[in-house]
Amino acid sequence: MSEELLRIDDLHVAFSTRRGMVEAVRGVTLTVKAGEMLGLVGESGSGKSVTGFATTRLLDAAGRVTGGKILFRGQDVTKLRGDELRQLQGAAMSMIFQNPRAALNPIRAIGLQIADAILTHKRISKEAARAEALDLLRAVQIRDPEQRMNAYPHELSGGMCQRVMIAIAISCNPALLIADEPTTGLDVTTQKVVMDLLADIAAARGMATILITHDLGLAARYCRRIAVMERGRIVEEASPSTLFSAPQHAYTRRLVAASPTATSRIEDLVTEEERERYPAIVSKPRQEPAHGTPPLLEVRKLAKRFDQGSAAVADFSMTMAGGESVGLVGESGSGKSTTSRMICRLIDPSEGDIVFDGQSIGHVASRDFHRSPLRKDIQMVFQDPNESLNPRFTAFDCIAHPLMRLDGMRAGEALRQRVVECAQRVGLPLDLLPRFPHQLSGGQKARVGIARAIACQPRLLVLDEPTAALDVSVQAVVLQLLDRLRRENDIALLFVSHDLNVVRMLCDRTIVLHNGGIVEQGESRALFDNPKTDYTRKLVEAIPHIETGPTLAAAL
Amino acid sequence: MLSYILRRIVATLPVMAIVALFVFSLLYIAPGDPAVVIAGDQASPEDVERIRQSLGLDRPFLIQFGSWVWRILHGDLGTSIFTNLPVSAMIGQRLGPTLSLMIVTLLLTIVVAVPLGVVAAWKAGSLIDRVIMGFAVFGFSLPVFVVGYMLAYIFALELEWLPVQGYTPLSSGFWPWLENLILPAVALGCVYIALVARITRAAMLEVLQQDYIRTAKAKGLGQGGILFIHALKNAAVPIVTVIGIGIALLIGGAVVTESVFAIPGLGRLTIDAILRRDYPVIQGIVLLFSFVYVLVNLMIDVVYTLVDPRIRY
Repeated sequence: MSEELLRIDDLHVAFSTRRGMVEAVRGVTLTVKAGEMLGLVGESGSGKSVTGFATTRLLDAAGRVTGGKILFRGQDVTKLRGDELRQLQGAAMSMIFQNPRAALNPIRAIGLQIADAILTHKRISKEAARAEALDLLRAVQIRDPEQRMNAYPHELSGGMCQRVMIAIAISCNPALLIADEPTTGLDVTTQKVVMDLLADIAAARGMATILITHDLGLAARYCRRIAVMERGRIVEEASPSTLFSAPQHAYTRRLVAASPTATSRIEDLVTEEERERYPAIVSKPRQEPAHGTPPLLEVRKLAKRFDQGSAAVADFSMTMAGGESVGLVGESGSGKSTTSRMICRLIDPSEGDIVFDGQSIGHVASRDFHRSPLRKDIQMVFQDPNESLNPRFTAFDCIAHPLMRLDGMRAGEALRQRVVECAQRVGLPLDLLPRFPHQLSGGQKARVGIARAIACQPRLLVLDEPTAALDVSVQAVVLQLLDRLRRENDIALLFVSHDLNVVRMLCDRTIVLHNGGIVEQGESRALFDNPKTDYTRKLVEAIPHIETGPTLAAAL
Repeated sequence: MLSYILRRIVATLPVMAIVALFVFSLLYIAPGDPAVVIAGDQASPEDVERIRQSLGLDRPFLIQFGSWVWRILHGDLGTSIFTNLPVSAMIGQRLGPTLSLMIVTLLLTIVVAVPLGVVAAWKAGSLIDRVIMGFAVFGFSLPVFVVGYMLAYIFALELEWLPVQGYTPLSSGFWPWLENLILPAVALGCVYIALVARITRAAMLEVLQQDYIRTAKAKGLGQGGILFIHALKNAAVPIVTVIGIGIALLIGGAVVTESVFAIPGLGRLTIDAILRRDYPVIQGIVLLFSFVYVLVNLMIDVVYTLVDPRIRY
């Protein structure tokens, strides 16, 4: 239909590391036509971002194109030098990045940052560049653009920062825009707004876009064509409907299965052939607690105010039975993490009480709670397994530490056995125990974090976005693990997440938070299928759904 | 902004009070009777008594301190025991050379060290980087007086490009003034240049790894624009901090440098005063240096807010 804009031909990229050259991209071939949006999907380490950076010539100093060609309008980008290259970068070809706040210079007003890009490529006056920057802010639908011109990135929300990045990227009307995980880390609702804006701008300006993402659903929603990458190669390229209804490659099948959808169940998250590798999920139905059993956790009118400001959380009440799983969802700033931290007794509530197993713990100061005998009953799994493990502790130390502190165990054979047992319960290979966090993969680190949390056999596990930093296939395994632990050991789970599909699968009940207050709660499936409030409906509608047509149903 | 500066000035008042108390106590921290110490070894008991009375040493400590502070607030730093001249006049005479030396050194340091650090960070790991950092270690390790005598020998005695020692006031012309300051400033600046270059390199390396530098490259900005517009200003906070701390280094170094190059500045005055146990002069100089240092810190705080909008005031 239209001419070929970009042609990547048998691209090889290698990085020099301490252990020699490592090939990150091994023979990628793909084409992008003018004006089309191509999805480049894969998990971390698949080489999708490296392919993007090689195309825009933004590879780290350690990375080198070792083979192949990148032809942009027939010109080999890999051979460009100096001025020729700079005339391309930001002008004919531009890029937006993950984590928009970090991608903007923190001490330069955003108006100047947009004008920088314009002045680099156009011979116009500073005033004219400023006027163009203002127009661009309008184009990316930023309110009060005149005032925002002088704002600094820390004064803007994540979604606004990404719009500013888009404004910079489109400032010189590029023919190709590469968007590298543009909405990862943003709320679902913000993600939808930003992606809709990007798609509209691309369509209006006839700009070709490569959307690099780990989220198959997102790519399916916005792209006509999706290329799936695994370990440096493109394993499959097809339209979204073909990809979901008849995935050809084993990796694609696994990826499709692992992507949670509105209807998937935890058991569905792995493909048939893989399922046998995991122990059959104990499908024992949860025993309903006998009538009149006091709840495990009761939270009454909890509130938290920081520094006299408005309440981060107000009037939050809930109960949880033993072995129950409850989801806590909401956008960032809704107070879900604050609430979970108060329940974990990591921070002190301003008002209200927390009753655990009949004992009031809300008034024990958080800094003294570690001495409470209930500390081992309430444990937490943190969001980022990379940041929440001590880099100087081995996996073994990490799991052994709570046992020594809270169970009073001494170093020795008994401790070693308990650690090994914990590792086995979470499916962590025992030979990984002497390793340090940087020697473990994301999924392995997540397992260490969970093993640490369950080491003292808690009765309540609070999970703060435990899978947000993980690939979907790893997330699938971690979710299955959590579900199994809950069923086997009757651990109650309080699951804090912005990923509604995950919450729907894992949690019996869901509580929706907005601006620090509960807006809706109820049985998960019913709540998501029939949201009663506009806010919940907005959240549900913003999830990029994978089209589950009749063909897919037939394939299953 | 103005209210921030005022608040910072008010906040420095307690610091200055503590400094003043410490400086005043110097006389008492010294072992023995202050009057005997001041009078020296060959003084008669009458001399000691006369000094005791003239300095008011027979009165209670706090009253002495109070009247001392009162006099200082009126610009009276006391009278030198040795020369019988007012301390403020003696300091005033010597201020010019020291101030000239410090300013020239400071400018030299910033002009040399910051670009060196930037280049080293930009070309990190290369030969240029290693040469620059090698020089930095060298400059760091050599004592000021060694560098001073070496420079004087090579450039003044052997090559005869520059005067060996001495000082010419700025009022006698710019070049005669600068000519005499070049060698002392280089000698004094060596450590300082090494320190600032290292910190600049480290701060720049950190900044150059940030995502917004990649964004700047993606915009098509040239190397100069990236290094000086986007990176250097972000790296400025640690650099400015070290330059400020370095001013304390300069004060110490000036004492040695002025001796080596026979510059009639405050450093020489300090040494003379210490050797003569001229306590009022010592107190006056220490008080002045402390005041300068507090002022420099205040300036650094103000520069922070100019550089980084995230620092609130």
